[in-house]
Amino acid sequence: MSSPPSSSGLRFSAWNLLLLVPFLMLVTPWFNSVEPRLFGLPFFYWSQFAFVPVGVICVALVYWRTRDTPTVPAAGRPGGVDELDEGTDR
Amino acid sequence: MIQWVELIIFVLLFALVTVLGFVASRWRRGATLDHLDEWGLGGRKFGSWVTWFLVGGDLYTAYTFVAVPALLFGAGAIGFYALPYTIVLYPLVFLPVLRLWSVSRVHGYVTPADFVHGRYGSPVLALLVAVTGIVATMPYIALQLAGLEAVLRTMGLNGTGLAGHLPLFVAFVILALYTYQSGLRAPALIAFVKDILIYLVILVAVFYLPAKLGGWSAIFDASAHKLAQPSPTTGAPAGSILLTGNNQLQYITLALGSALALFLYPHSVTGALASRGRDVLKRNMVALPAYSLLLGLLALLGYVAIAAGVRPITNNATGRPDTNTIIPVLFDTQFSPWFAGIAFAAIGIGALVPAAIMSIAAANLWTRNIYKTYLHPDATPAEEAKQAKRASLVVKLGAVLFVVAVDPQFSIDLQLIGGVIILQTLPAVAIALYTRWLHRWALVAGWLVGMSYGLYLLYQIPNPAAKRLHFGGSALTLDRLSVFGWHLFPGSRAQIYVGFVALVVNLLVTALGSVALRAAAVSNGTDATTQSDYHADEGSERFKPGREGAVIH
Repeated sequence: MSSPPSSSGLRFSAWNLLLLVPFLMLVTPWFNSVEPRLFGLPFFYWSQFAFVPVGVICVALVYWRTRDTPTVPAAGRPGGVDELDEGTDR
Repeated sequence: MIQWVELIIFVLLFALVTVLGFVASRWRRGATLDHLDEWGLGGRKFGSWVTWFLVGGDLYTAYTFVAVPALLFGAGAIGFYALPYTIVLYPLVFLPVLRLWSVSRVHGYVTPADFVHGRYGSPVLALLVAVTGIVATMPYIALQLAGLEAVLRTMGLNGTGLAGHLPLFVAFVILALYTYQSGLRAPALIAFVKDILIYLVILVAVFYLPAKLGGWSAIFDASAHKLAQPSPTTGAPAGSILLTGNNQLQYITLALGSALALFLYPHSVTGALASRGRDVLKRNMVALPAYSLLLGLLALLGYVAIAAGVRPITNNATGRPDTNTIIPVLFDTQFSPWFAGIAFAAIGIGALVPAAIMSIAAANLWTRNIYKTYLHPDATPAEEAKQAKRASLVVKLGAVLFVVAVDPQFSIDLQLIGGVIILQTLPAVAIALYTRWLHRWALVAGWLVGMSYGLYLLYQIPNPAAKRLHFGGSALTLDRLSVFGWHLFPGSRAQIYVGFVALVVNLLVTALGSVALRAAAVSNGTDATTQSDYHADEGSERFKPGREGAVIH
């Protein structure tokens, strides 16, 4: 899924390629038309609205599928995350 | 004619956020506010929700909410570029912003110029990035005030001369005081109120207004008809509800160029660096498009305004119709006064949040990359915080004077230029996050060439509708594109976004320069960062101990 953690710079994961999918919406000739309409909205407008969930799903998938990639160093100081957590009252 | 119901509701909500702004200084406070990490970045400990509201309020500004529908109102489909722009934005910046967050957290960087300084050991390059950031941000702040003023004038506070600007002046003195007092915590807390109001207003508007005006079909048909009418000044149609052969490339490059530019703006970086960790940022990249949906819906209100027969209000200070008033006028004429009051408060408060963050970001740049680097190298953290607070006052005062003394059109032009010039910092900031292959002096050269070429192209663009010969917009017709007088596309009427052209030239110069300087073995400075800095996450022991103290205390 992802390259093993090392001190080298780039961690490439094939899942990251999903981030390219939303850029398909920049090919305007594909959707520059009035018909078919949806709820009265021309195709040009509603098809671009449809890309909002496409973008969200692509970014969310990359987020979920690459979460386990260890960061460096994962948990440096025990309890550090708890202390940083805003939910804990101080 | 003053709209009293609207004005009273507006003032009540404004008073509420003013209280919040001052209370914010006690909200999750650190050991001291006398540290730039505390005042300027809210302690670097905002969680997912706060970051969502803060960055949402920061990126989707009041001006955007007023200007994007105004663009559709005036020119049609091209104005809808705001939707693809804010959709491709998140996949585009998802990875680089995480790297920027980590390296900034490890080294205590507060601004993008801090990072450039550390990465290349070059105060000159950092200074260029900082100055570009400040220059690009100033007119942006002024435009927020212009958005607020559009609302105030619609409510009847449309005085002439200096007195006409008095309500604006009062609003910004209040803003300046609580930003001074509470730093980034103030806009973070106010953003909750602002965004809830905005969501409420837009959702009501996009369902209620079309139902009232005969449905979306009728609205689009009316808009297509109106936009096809020849304009009295140019004789050509004002626009169309679809893209034409000539503006497709402009639409694509404007959307992409704006997305590339957004996270180079200092205020966006400030919002991102204030978050607690990488996971917070990642979740926000997934959740922030909710605002894009909102912006897209709001953009369509430009067509609703056409169908409703809205006419822009004449600004009594300049004597010209101000198209930015079309959304306020639409709300004023279509909603009951109390709901219009809420809508105006949403836009007005919506101007305060980004204005506060932008002034903080500009103040951080001044303090870290000019004051501390050049004027007072041994400034203590407390002195830095004090300097930044004062700078934020100066920045806001400057923005108010801008609105009062200069034609608002000039702010709009400058903001347009701002987008073009901030893009020229992309190689030094965004590419440097991945590689040091680009040489620091080549980056300086690329910046100079990209900047001057971009300004030259902007100067060449006329605007026949506004009867202006220069700085008439950001859409360059390809037949005007020339290299040393040689025209690349003679006769072509297709348009392209100037910022994109200037960035390509900048990248070419930077790449060629890097090859040459590397061949000549010119020193590329020292890199203060290491590869693993770019992946550090919350809880890491790599974080600067001095700053960790400020965060956890």
